[in-house]
This record gives sequence, C-alpha cells and structure tokens, in this order.
Amino acid sequence: MEDEQSFSDIYGGRLALQRRCYSPSCLEFCLSCPRITLRSLTAVTCTVWLAAYGLFTLCENSMILSAAIFITLLGLLGYLHFVKIDHETLLIIDSLGIQMTSSYASGKESTTFIEMGEVKDVVINEAIYMQKVIYYLCILLKDPVEPHGISQVVPLFQ
Amino acid sequence: MVLKAFFPTCCASADSGLLVGRWVPEQSSAVVLAVVHFPFIPIQVKELLAQVQQASQVGVTVLGTWCHRRQEPEESLGHFLEGLGAIFSHKPWFQLCRERGSKSWSCKATHWQGPTSHAASGEDQVMLIFYDQRKVLLSQLHPPAVLPDRQAGDTTASAGGLAAVFDTVARSEALFQSDRFDEGPVRLSHWQSEGVEASILVELAKWAAGPVCLLLACLLSLVSAASACRVFKLWPLSFIWSKLSTCEQLRHRLEQLTLIFSTRKAKNPAQLMRKANMLVSVLLDVALGLMLLSWLHRKDLIGQLADALIPVADHVAKELQHLLQWLMGAPAGLKMNRALDQVLGRFFLYHIHLWISYIHLMSPFIERILWHVGLSACLGLTVALSILSDIIALLTFHIYCFYVYGARLYCLKIHGLSSLWRLFRGKKWNVLRQRVDSCSYDLDQLFIGTLLFTILVFLLPTTALYYLVFTLLRLLVVTVQGLIHLLVDLINSLPLYSLGLRLCRPYRLAAGVKFRVLEHETGRPLRLLMQINPLPYSRVVHTYRLPTCGCHPKHSWGSLCRKLFFGELIYPWRQRGDKQD
Repeated sequence: MEDEQSFSDIYGGRLALQRRCYSPSCLEFCLSCPRITLRSLTAVTCTVWLAAYGLFTLCENSMILSAAIFITLLGLLGYLHFVKIDHETLLIIDSLGIQMTSSYASGKESTTFIEMGEVKDVVINEAIYMQKVIYYLCILLKDPVEPHGISQVVPLFQ
Repeated sequence: MVLKAFFPTCCASADSGLLVGRWVPEQSSAVVLAVVHFPFIPIQVKELLAQVQQASQVGVTVLGTWCHRRQEPEESLGHFLEGLGAIFSHKPWFQLCRERGSKSWSCKATHWQGPTSHAASGEDQVMLIFYDQRKVLLSQLHPPAVLPDRQAGDTTASAGGLAAVFDTVARSEALFQSDRFDEGPVRLSHWQSEGVEASILVELAKWAAGPVCLLLACLLSLVSAASACRVFKLWPLSFIWSKLSTCEQLRHRLEQLTLIFSTRKAKNPAQLMRKANMLVSVLLDVALGLMLLSWLHRKDLIGQLADALIPVADHVAKELQHLLQWLMGAPAGLKMNRALDQVLGRFFLYHIHLWISYIHLMSPFIERILWHVGLSACLGLTVALSILSDIIALLTFHIYCFYVYGARLYCLKIHGLSSLWRLFRGKKWNVLRQRVDSCSYDLDQLFIGTLLFTILVFLLPTTALYYLVFTLLRLLVVTVQGLIHLLVDLINSLPLYSLGLRLCRPYRLAAGVKFRVLEHETGRPLRLLMQINPLPYSRVVHTYRLPTCGCHPKHSWGSLCRKLFFGELIYPWRQRGDKQD
C-alpha cells in the first residue's frame, strides 16, 4: 500500500512524503528533499570564477585560475557527498526498532538503527529558528543510568 | 509480540532437516545456528547439543523443522516433520518451509499443547530476518555509549536484543566444528559448509609466534634491565635524560615492544587490537626511518648538512648581533635609557661571542656525530624526528638563555613595581591573609619608596623591549619544536591496523546493524535482511587511539598571556611527572 503527499519545508522548497505499509508490523516513510537547482549552481560558480579572475588581474599569476577550477570541482563534490541530502527513509519494524537512512546526492547512504528497548518516546518538539517557531519530530532514548531521556534524535532534517 | 526468527543465509539452500539454535524469550526471538540433516538419530542429536551447551554456555536446542521442497511434493515428509515436534519438545515450535524454485517462504510457529490436539494451538506472527553468519561471527559490536561503571565482561543474555544475537553466534564456535561432509553421526549445515577457510601462512605464523615472542621478550627484558641500572640514575645524567625528548621516545617504544612481545595472551578483543595497532605502528615507523636513511645516503646529504651547519650557525649569530646593535641604538624610534641599554647589549653580545667560539670548537666532530645520528633513523622515523627536535633545542640554546635572562629581569621589575605602587597608594600585601591591606608608612619609607618607584618606571621601556624581542624568538623556536612533536605524536598514536581493518573488512568493526525489506507478498511472512553497519572512521580513530607520551601544552591561552605579561617563565613541553615551575 503506497501513499504520496506533498508538503513544503521552512525555506519554501517542495518536499514529497511517501508512505508504504509492508505488513501490519512494518511501515516505511520516505521523504524527498528539494533538488539542487541549476540557478544556484550557476550563481555560485560565477561568483567564485569572477573572484578568481579579479585576483588574477591583480597578481598576473595563472595558477589562480586553475586553483579556482579545482576548488569549484572539489567543493561541488564535497557538497554533493557530505551535505546535500536527496531523500530520507524511516523504517519502523514492530518490536525490533526504528531505522533512519539518509541518502546523499552522490549516492552515499548513512543508516542509524535504534532498538525498541532504547526508545522511550516519540515526540514533536518546538524550536525557535530565526523569527519563527518550527516543529520537528524526535525520538527520546532511555538513559541507562536514570529513567529519563538522555539523547534526542532528530529523524528528519529540516 | 511478533516472533522473530534469525536465519543464516548460508542455510537457505540446504536440504530439509531440523533447526538448531537458541531461543531468547525476552525478545521473543529465535537465533538459528545450523540445520541438522536426515538421517539422524534423535539421541545422538541430543548428545551433540548437550556437548555444545557445555562447551560454550549457550543454550542450544532444537527449535523446529526446515523443509526445502525441491523435488516431488512430499506429504509423508510433512507428517514426519510434524511428528518430530513430539520428540523434541520446544515452545514455540517453528516450521519453516521454502517452495521449490521460487522465493516464497512460509513460516509457522505453534505452541504445542500436547500429542492429542494438532494445529489447534495458537499461531503467532513470525518475522524472518536473514543474517550472514560468518560476518556476524567475526564482527564486534561497538555500543554508542559505554558507561564507566559497567565492566566489559558484563554482557550476557541481559544485553540488548541484537547484542544477544551477536553474542550467541560468536560463542557457538563448538557447534561449527563438524560439517555435513564429515563422517560423524550428525550432519550439520552452517557457514563452514560453503568451504572451510584456512590459510597456510596464518597457521604457520601462529605456530612460529610462540618461540619468537619468547626470544624477543628475553632480549627486551635484558635491554630494559640495562637501561634501569643505577649508573643512569646519577644526577647529571638523569637530568639530561629527562630533558631530551629522544629518550622519552625510546622509552615509549621500548614499553610498546615489551607489551607486544609479552607471552601473555590478550584477554579481550580491545587488547588484541591495541597490540596489533602498536605492532603496525612500530613497523611503519621503522620502514619510514629506513626510507629516510636511504634517501640521506643516496644524495650524501649528511656531508652537505655538516658542511652547511657551521656557516648557518655563524649567520644566525651575526643576525643576533645586528639585532642587538639595533636595540642599543634607537629601535623603531623609541628612546632608550642609554646606560642600561649599553649594559644589557654588551652582556648579550659577549654571550653570542662565547657561543660562536663553542661552535667553532665543535666543528671537526660535527660530521661524525651527524652520521651516527643518521644511523639512529633505523630505529624509526619518530626517533629521528625527536633527535632533530633535540638538535634544534641545543643549537638555539643561547636564545633560550637570553630569554631566561630577559624574563627574570622583567619579572623582578614587575614585582618591584607592583609592590612599590601599593606603597605609593599607602597599601601593603598581607601575607597572612593573602590580601591587600592598608598600612601607614613613615615619611622616609615613603620617600625612598617613591624614588625607587620612579626609577623603575623610567627604566621599564628598555627592559620590556629586550624581554619582548627575546620572548618572540623563543616562541618561534618553541613553535617549530611543537610542530615536530605533533608529527611524532601523530605517528605514535594513529591506529593504523584498525583503520586498515575498517577499510578492508568493514564488518569486523560494527557500530550497529541495518535492515532491508526483501520482496514481500501478502499472506507470506515479512522477510528482512540484516546487514552490519560499519563504524565511521572518526569513531575508529577515537576508540582505538594509542596512548602517547601526553606532551600536550597544559596552559590555556588566557593563562599563557598572563604568564607572558608578568614575566613568568613558560615551559610549554613539560613531560609528565616533572616539577612545575
């Protein structure tokens, strides 16, 4: 059973939420984030290259231009691999646990699995960001020493 | 609760038989370890399981039946399998079944009420979780938060659900000894059925390790006994040894080698990893040192270095003399007190003259000394770097002396100024109460005090300037030495074996698990694949870092600035156990 809905995030980008139910004991939620746009990519590249060209006219050293190209390429690769998230998945398995997977734009996937025994509660928390209040979903974990949550896990990025 | 059955992927293609494993009642999960094939005698199966249970303290029992319908549909087999439930009683009794050629599985778990009522007992929902037995056997879970008050050997079945699964598989080595291709009474199928792995080199190395370790341990104990003898504890030698960083490094390496080659076996996996890391670190160090040595000898750099050393030392001394001449004039337009300036300047110039004479005295021996020092690079790159740092310290010894003179003078002046300033205002430092109290002075005390205060204030710029210049030079030398020490620490403490293991065999270091849902049809049980989530590199380095000499600066930036302002001497690279200033 699949279900798809569309929302928008705090910056105005378009998000898509997909819900799948594999069995009565297993549910999966998949959230797709807005893609990287051609406009922003072009803007950043032009800024970096204009700055490099400005430096070149000052210093007359052509290494600056090659360095600028390298920096742009490496920066783009690093951004795609470490920062830009393509979609996130939340898999809930009855009496086993909750698994959160983040897939980055370069294909890298990072997974965290929390066992059911460690989960104390799932709550919606409020935070003040700039001039508005945003809500985010988080999981409270049990502290082994005292029966209160020690770490709050934020499953879905803003 | 949903029942979970952990099934090894290697048994998915095995013939029909009995499921053997462990039942964990707290998590309602059954961990299947192996499949026993037909024909078998139930008594022998029970004996084998009792043996395994005794050897490994894992409660291994018969959990259910496994049916792989490859050939013609067997009704008789079905009844036979159900009849087995009566012989091996276990609650709940699992019946796993796989259709021929397709990927659909069926699984039933029944609670057996008795021989009279069949299949009227309750059936629960079952979830099948596949796991790779070999990887789970070899891997080691790293829990995210380890509490300091919990011992390491604490994990039994009371551990969290998945840790119990890993634990069960890891401790059931005794079950995996015999195989379905062996001639024994019971034929099992598990991960070894796909091909028993062994390597001749590894076996030979394990054999040879014993005597080699013994020999090296004896040699190392001789060396450490020689170095601990009384001669080295006499005053001048012990003072020099404690100051030189080379000796610290050598001592550190000796300790590490003793630990590696000690004949005691490692008690837990963490100690084994630490030993392996130390061994790899020492080997890499020696390899880099030999590379450096060959490079130096190929280009005959030692001769060139020795020839260049004296002119460089002369050049440095000349630059210092120019600096002092500049200070004795009107540096940066500031007006100095002529007399004090001349005195200090001549004092320091004489020191430089002495230093140059020493260097010229040493010049015939420099090449020999450098050659022997270059040989020490075979002991490792870290030793060579420590020697370099010590040579820099020795060559800039005069800068250190100037810094100490300047700092002491400045410190005296500051203390005098502060106490006379208090006198100027009519106050006094009360040593008993550790605070400033008011005090009434006589007229002649006030007169002399004020006079001295004015003298000190007007001489302040000169002393302060000398102090500033020499402190900057000293800080420069200290920064260079600090960078070398940082590099040495990096080589010492990087856990290369663990990083290599994370790169080549990522399942050995596990931060957790991850699940993937396999193809699902309605009406069939849910199937998941459990894979090992490897530890991220930053956590590998953090967990398995080797302890270093610990020569980190103990001051924060604030206290450093405070010390500089008051003229107290700074010793940034204090070794552990030395007296504080």
